[in-house]
Amino acid sequence: MASSANFVNAQTLLSLCEQCDFPISDVMRKREMNETGESREEIDKRMKKALSIMQASAHKPLNEPVKSVGGLIGGEAAKLQDRRRHGKSICGSMLSKVIAYSMAVPEVNASMGLIVAAPTAGSSGVVPGLLLALQEEFSLTDEQLINGLFTASAIGYIIMRNASVAGAQAGCQAEVGSASAMAAAAATEIMGGTPKQCVNAATTALSNLLGLVCDPIAGLVEYPCQNRNAVGAANALVCAEIALSGIEQVIPFDEMVEAMYRVGRNIPVELRETALGGCAATPTGCKKACQIFHRD
Amino acid sequence: MAFISAFDVIGPNMVGPSSSHTAGAVSIALLTKKMISGKVKKVHFTLFGSFAKTYKGHGTDRALLGGIMGFNTDDLRIKDSFKIADREGIEYSFTADEKETEVHPNTVDIDIENEEGKKLKVRGESLGGGKVRIVRINDVKVEFSGEYSTLITMHDDKPGLVAHIAKCLSECNVNIAFMRLFRSEKGATAHTIVESDEKIPQKVLDDIYSNPCVHDIMLVEV
Repeated sequence: MASSANFVNAQTLLSLCEQCDFPISDVMRKREMNETGESREEIDKRMKKALSIMQASAHKPLNEPVKSVGGLIGGEAAKLQDRRRHGKSICGSMLSKVIAYSMAVPEVNASMGLIVAAPTAGSSGVVPGLLLALQEEFSLTDEQLINGLFTASAIGYIIMRNASVAGAQAGCQAEVGSASAMAAAAATEIMGGTPKQCVNAATTALSNLLGLVCDPIAGLVEYPCQNRNAVGAANALVCAEIALSGIEQVIPFDEMVEAMYRVGRNIPVELRETALGGCAATPTGCKKACQIFHRD
Repeated sequence: MAFISAFDVIGPNMVGPSSSHTAGAVSIALLTKKMISGKVKKVHFTLFGSFAKTYKGHGTDRALLGGIMGFNTDDLRIKDSFKIADREGIEYSFTADEKETEVHPNTVDIDIENEEGKKLKVRGESLGGGKVRIVRINDVKVEFSGEYSTLITMHDDKPGLVAHIAKCLSECNVNIAFMRLFRSEKGATAHTIVESDEKIPQKVLDDIYSNPCVHDIMLVEV
């Protein structure tokens, strides 16, 4: 492999994958090893630790519901699990798990539990939601999931480098949208897709959520954030399926990232994590915010 | 451009709910704790901007107090910071300053005092995604992130001090990644901040301190 594994966008990432005949996960590993001087074992161990936190945070609220600090959410994952267990889900086994896990993590997050920001705390349910459901449905090993997490981090890094993953800067499309792109690429690699297909999946995921605003009630990472994690994860599943079918995307990923960032800059400040617009500015949203901040 | 690691994307591992309002708050307070030696006796936090508006819902207060007690961003004890601080006999208080607007939206001032009566005042900013920077020490504007081993030397604003610090580091074979000098006004106390990729041995601190123009040294290891 070339001595430098650094890449600045999807185009340079894909040419590195082609040159070395590496999946995206291995190019990202190589980059990390080159830049930090750590061994493959060391960085895999760190990622395994992140995976174990993801597993715990996606599973715990299924049986032990917790109320959020602001009181707007809590108990959703258990309800989803209950319905699924009784065979009532209209989504089928895979998607119903995606929904339950991706909503479980934000529940843990909002109650000051331990999570992995991926790429942010607000969007922390998307990547584990999809990957852990895949793991169960397809009997995947932790090692396969760790590969997926490196692929997800490569996509997230490109977005962080060239745009933003902060809701305050570019809206929810930058948080849940980015997480969805990361999850879509990860799932595509794990399920046997080529690097190009991984990037296609990420492109589709980002474009599907373009324009999504960040409007949490009371400014807290609770509502509508938790629901949007489920949508981000479900979107990623759909986009991986599209990519794995060999469907190409018209717009390259790097242009989509730029488009997302430009859209983000054009989102009014009221809809960028300030709790002044959207759900937060509805009469009920305002009432809830008053209750939360004056309750003690 | 600063290196963005795979673990900046899949990470930090953290107690929720917010990377900026919770994890970042822990990190600022933890850096502050590392800057003052000995046991913390008393701490006061002044919160600005979005920190001031939403700190209760985000657990920013518990996160700050946890950092002062040495907790990392992924320490589950953060949720119980108040109880633990009460048990440890640490005096703590919070003020929300919603009027000051000339600050970064997520800013906190930390006034801290240890059991020997040593006091320190630090201002930190939470930049998003868990990234932070310290921007003020005792009313002198500074800048460092805590991502490197950081050596802060407070000294007279006189010629030769920076050379003295550089010499002490080079004699112990410590490679300087970044070095900057800050001062509030000419002739006042100056702060030299050195950031290094490697650990800085105690001998460097002793050597630097041997110069009578040096008032104090703080070492913040990663």
